[in-house]
Amino acid sequence: MRKFTAFLGRLGLVLLLAVALAAWTKLPAAAVAGLAVLLALWLVLSRRGRQTLSVTRVGISTLGQRIGASSVIVIGIAGVVGVLVALLAMGEGFAATLQQTGSDGTAIVLRGGSAAELNSVLDRDSQVVIAQAPGVARTADGQPIASAEISVVANLPKKGDPSVDANVQLRGVGEAAWALRPNVKIIAGRRFTPGLRELVVGQGARQQFAGLEVGRQIRLAGQPWTVVGAFASGDSHDSELWGDMQTVAAAYRRGSSAQSVTVRLTSPAAFATFKAALLADPRLKVDVSTTREYFSKQSEGLAKVIRIVGLTVGIIMAIGAVFGALNTMFAAVAARAREIATLRAIGFRGVPVVVSVLLETMLLALLGGVLGGLVTWLVFNGYTASTLGSNFSQVVFQFRVSPQLLWTGLKWAMAIGFVGGLFPAVRAARLPVSTALREF
Amino acid sequence: MKYLHLIWAALFRRKSRTALTLVSIVAAFLLFGMLDAVRTAFDTGSRSAVGVDRLITSSRYSIIQPLPQALGRRIAGVPGVRDVAYANWFGGIYQDPKNFVFSYAVSPNYLDVYPEIQLSPAQREAFRTTRTGAVIGPVLAKKYGWKVGDKVPLQSTIFPQKNGDKTWTFDIVGIYRVGEGAANGLDQLFLMNWKYFDEANLYSRHEIGWYVDRLADPAMADAVARRIDALSANSDHETRTQTEQAFSASFAKQLGDIGLIVSAIMGAVFFTLLLLTGNTMAQAVRERTSELAVLKTIGFSSRSVLAMVLAESVLMLLIGGVLGLGLAAVLAPGVSKGSGGMVNLPPVGAGSWLLGVALMVAIGLVVGALPAWRAMRLNIVDALAGR
Repeated sequence: MRKFTAFLGRLGLVLLLAVALAAWTKLPAAAVAGLAVLLALWLVLSRRGRQTLSVTRVGISTLGQRIGASSVIVIGIAGVVGVLVALLAMGEGFAATLQQTGSDGTAIVLRGGSAAELNSVLDRDSQVVIAQAPGVARTADGQPIASAEISVVANLPKKGDPSVDANVQLRGVGEAAWALRPNVKIIAGRRFTPGLRELVVGQGARQQFAGLEVGRQIRLAGQPWTVVGAFASGDSHDSELWGDMQTVAAAYRRGSSAQSVTVRLTSPAAFATFKAALLADPRLKVDVSTTREYFSKQSEGLAKVIRIVGLTVGIIMAIGAVFGALNTMFAAVAARAREIATLRAIGFRGVPVVVSVLLETMLLALLGGVLGGLVTWLVFNGYTASTLGSNFSQVVFQFRVSPQLLWTGLKWAMAIGFVGGLFPAVRAARLPVSTALREF
Repeated sequence: MKYLHLIWAALFRRKSRTALTLVSIVAAFLLFGMLDAVRTAFDTGSRSAVGVDRLITSSRYSIIQPLPQALGRRIAGVPGVRDVAYANWFGGIYQDPKNFVFSYAVSPNYLDVYPEIQLSPAQREAFRTTRTGAVIGPVLAKKYGWKVGDKVPLQSTIFPQKNGDKTWTFDIVGIYRVGEGAANGLDQLFLMNWKYFDEANLYSRHEIGWYVDRLADPAMADAVARRIDALSANSDHETRTQTEQAFSASFAKQLGDIGLIVSAIMGAVFFTLLLLTGNTMAQAVRERTSELAVLKTIGFSSRSVLAMVLAESVLMLLIGGVLGLGLAAVLAPGVSKGSGGMVNLPPVGAGSWLLGVALMVAIGLVVGALPAWRAMRLNIVDALAGR
């Protein structure tokens, strides 16, 4: 019977823990700060709290003697937090690169049903109709700010491994492209001259592919092209090569067709008018979206996969780390059993003992979380990687270790520390005083 | 071997501690099993023995550039080429863009070039004679519940039909089996007749995505590839011919350096594991100092004490590791199913098991080394006196 009640008690503890963890993951930063303040107040103001403080102090002062065991908690949790944050930073960086590419002030038009530019075709007539649609902004001399663009995939050798060719997106753009994307800045050389086989290259592409230095010639579609400039945009255009639309279309034998038309809207609010006008036009069968919508959608799939993988890996590692922490703290409690029993014998109650063991573990966990986050931030923040995007060509992006991610990592660390400390803490408090004093 | 029960008893002397450590080891190797499966999935697409006699000829400039159909006859004439098949990328989706289907329009002799795609003669004949026929892989059939005789509407993300409609309807006329050693992903193809595709689609006329050249002698691959590329040198459709392995490897590489990411994660995991189990072993030996001294007193040599402690840590790693890898083998199909095809985890292969066991033994030895050394150097008198 007694065994049964003990079992029930433990089961209750586990259930309580599950609920607490679920609540913890949802908890906003402000509430966490509130909890911390409450805890601090309790520690300083109440009698129990002061007892807890002194017991904790004893525990922490003996940490040095258990440095090997304690470092298991710190490094174990640092590992979990580091891997978790790095993987999430990868997903976030990819999503951010694509999302930044779009804005609400520009719209992209593709053939109906095309998921990406690569699959879309718009003939010459459609291009004109789209550029003349209501809602499109115009330059001072009355020209619509619209760029019919063609996007083809070219093969170029990668830097570092020249034997491997990777896909790069070659975009043929109209004159309006520069006005359309004011964030695209030439950082070296000059813009291409329309009508000539000249290219400007994005800084991401320049980093990833060999032979894209300004002044060099490369072969695309069997013809020599000269790199005359490099540009930076801070978004996914960084991974592209830009050339003149007509010249690119001629080289790839596309005739007068384009793949997308991007327009600047008079205002974000004009999007509804623009879209309605195009959808109502019987000459067209197109999909219209703001560029923000379009590029966010492109990052969705991969970002989700990375997130799932990151969380799965994180959870499995966290389970390993929890048990590592449990092991260490059980050993710590066992080593201090006599001391704890003495405290209990002279009148300390259970709560201060439980809380002090918990505090100690969470302190170590926090240390691990900070360490893991810091290392990840130092190594991976801004780390450049590339993958195959939805246009079947390389998208260069940077890992982004944001404060939110670091905060998530710290929350995980605290949760691991809490679980790892709770059971040993309860064991410490439950230990019958007489046996503990006799046995150890 | 005769000391096994002794080692076993020592290992489970403190049951809770060993159990906790074991769970950590299980978690580490569970992760290892899954990640290594992912890594090999990206690799073995290219490393099976089947298919060494195939070359892929595609446009040199870009994978999306088509090649002329006439090139096929000229490739067939190259000495060393036994057979030439061709295919086009259809880019099919089923109902929702999320349900991407690997669909190719293939030449009549495509299945001859891929002997690992095994189709019964009757279904083969049906595929040949049904214009709108399609044969599908077993995995695809299972995923969408398609059976022979079903009409399946597939949307092409690239090619509309002549009437502008992007939905093509196919008749499933066969479900093939996949032979030994086939590359990953070969079991979920959707193959349709190239003739139907070419005649009914709006854009491409007699254009080919890529040629598959079957060689008379795999050893001649390089020379034949050069000869094929020479056919179209300086034309407007220059080609690049490479082995099938190199072709698929270049795709995997473009996705990103999967191997690097996986090994970085595993490095972090195993470093932590090393520390954790090392700590446990150190504790275990420290606690048993007097017992070890007794063993030595009754005649165990220093060396056999060393061996026993080492064996203990290796045994611990092996138990946890095998459990973890086993768990990974059980869970992997579940994860693939649960994610709705988003994450496709292949089963844990023999290579992963081998590497895993090697890692277990290695980590076990490293972890046990220091405690075992200490146990070996134990001075009996000091240890018994508790100094």
